[in-house]
Amino acid sequence: MTDDANAEQDKARRFRDAALPYLDDVYTLARYLMRNAADAEDAVQECYLRALRHFDSYRGPAMKPWLLTILRNVCNAEFARRGKQEIPARIPADDNAANDSAAEDLPLWQEHAASAETALLRQEDGIAIRRLVADLPQQFREAIVLREVNELSYDEIAKLAGVPVGTVMSRLARARAMLRAAWHGAAGATPATPPKTTPEAAS
Amino acid sequence: MNCAESEILIHALIDGELDAGHARDIEAHVAACPACAEKLEAFRGLREAIAVANLKETAPASLRSRIEAALPRPAAPVIAPRKFARPSRRAFFGGFAAGAALSGALAASLVLTVFRNDERQIVADEVVSAHVRSLQAGHLMDVETSDQHTVKPWFNGKLDVAPPVIDLTAQGFTLLGGRLDYVDGEPVAAIVYQRRKHVINLFVAQRLGSRLGGTKSETIQGYNVRHWTEQGLDFWAVSDLATDELDEFARKVSAAVSAPPS
Repeated sequence: MTDDANAEQDKARRFRDAALPYLDDVYTLARYLMRNAADAEDAVQECYLRALRHFDSYRGPAMKPWLLTILRNVCNAEFARRGKQEIPARIPADDNAANDSAAEDLPLWQEHAASAETALLRQEDGIAIRRLVADLPQQFREAIVLREVNELSYDEIAKLAGVPVGTVMSRLARARAMLRAAWHGAAGATPATPPKTTPEAAS
Repeated sequence: MNCAESEILIHALIDGELDAGHARDIEAHVAACPACAEKLEAFRGLREAIAVANLKETAPASLRSRIEAALPRPAAPVIAPRKFARPSRRAFFGGFAAGAALSGALAASLVLTVFRNDERQIVADEVVSAHVRSLQAGHLMDVETSDQHTVKPWFNGKLDVAPPVIDLTAQGFTLLGGRLDYVDGEPVAAIVYQRRKHVINLFVAQRLGSRLGGTKSETIQGYNVRHWTEQGLDFWAVSDLATDELDEFARKVSAAVSAPPS
């Protein structure tokens, strides 16, 4: 075996150990950006291929924000290729809810009376919240997912999105205000796309 | 501090992104302003609801396998004698084509052996990688408990086998918990033990590496690895523990696995 091949495989091993633990993080962001499972999977695979290609020159930031930045670039390139800002919503909201068709008829949010069925209600709340997040306009959806799911700092989000920290703060504030308004079903604050969900491949 | 500033800064407050000085300012404002106090409460509640809703998705195993498959295969550790012990498949087929007087069956068994050794080597490397990954990523355990009766059922439905989870605390190996891991693109059970400061990952799965039987110990990247097969399952123990102690661990697991439950 040549030294080159050895170096290549050593690199692959280091890459695998460093990058694969963040697969769920990358996949989650991809689901919320691409809005359907097949496109998300393609984007994640492309992200990891690109990351491997550039792994030699990788000097930071931390691995997670680095991967998420690449993923975001992959998604944006795909949007640009399709010649529009984003794909019509197919919302990754119902994966965990089995194919519970009753869930689709739920109001987005409701004030629940105290009940013994708290667990079920929680599950319904969870579905509602996932749907609300999925319905946010792109930049707000991205900010919320990066913060609440990927747990990046404001600074990391700012660098990833190429905007000042102040912009991150106002996007998060807007995003949460929209979520809260939608949660309470306030008129005028619901996102443009009605939250009509097509269940994804039953999980 | 006015309400317009507070509108933005309460988010930084609940996200833990404010320094102490600004945090005090906003808390003072909120204490005096019922409207902002209500917002702070509401957004804290929202944040909690998002956390409970658990927006995190799990990547499908097929995607993980596809990405793993796209990476160059890990190299077998370079040990000079192995070069002679392990002819490349091309060389072997070359010899075969040249008309070496081998029966078909013998040829097939030789190919199989070569395959199996390669396969075992790849899995051994991957098992060590998984061990290192589990230590690096702060993701040692999915289920954290020293109770074997909690760990075992946790694997139900996650794997197509029920891995034995054995409490070896009395023998000096503390059960820390369990984790679902991936080796060679397949989901495997990782049961985590500790002796002193040394973590031991015990990977258990069907068809994980080889069906050669017997046991094999080796050292890869400074980690000791021990592989054996029992009750139709492959066991891989990996640790930075000394060889003799890892052997002791393997013997105790093996004894407990083969002994019928009392």
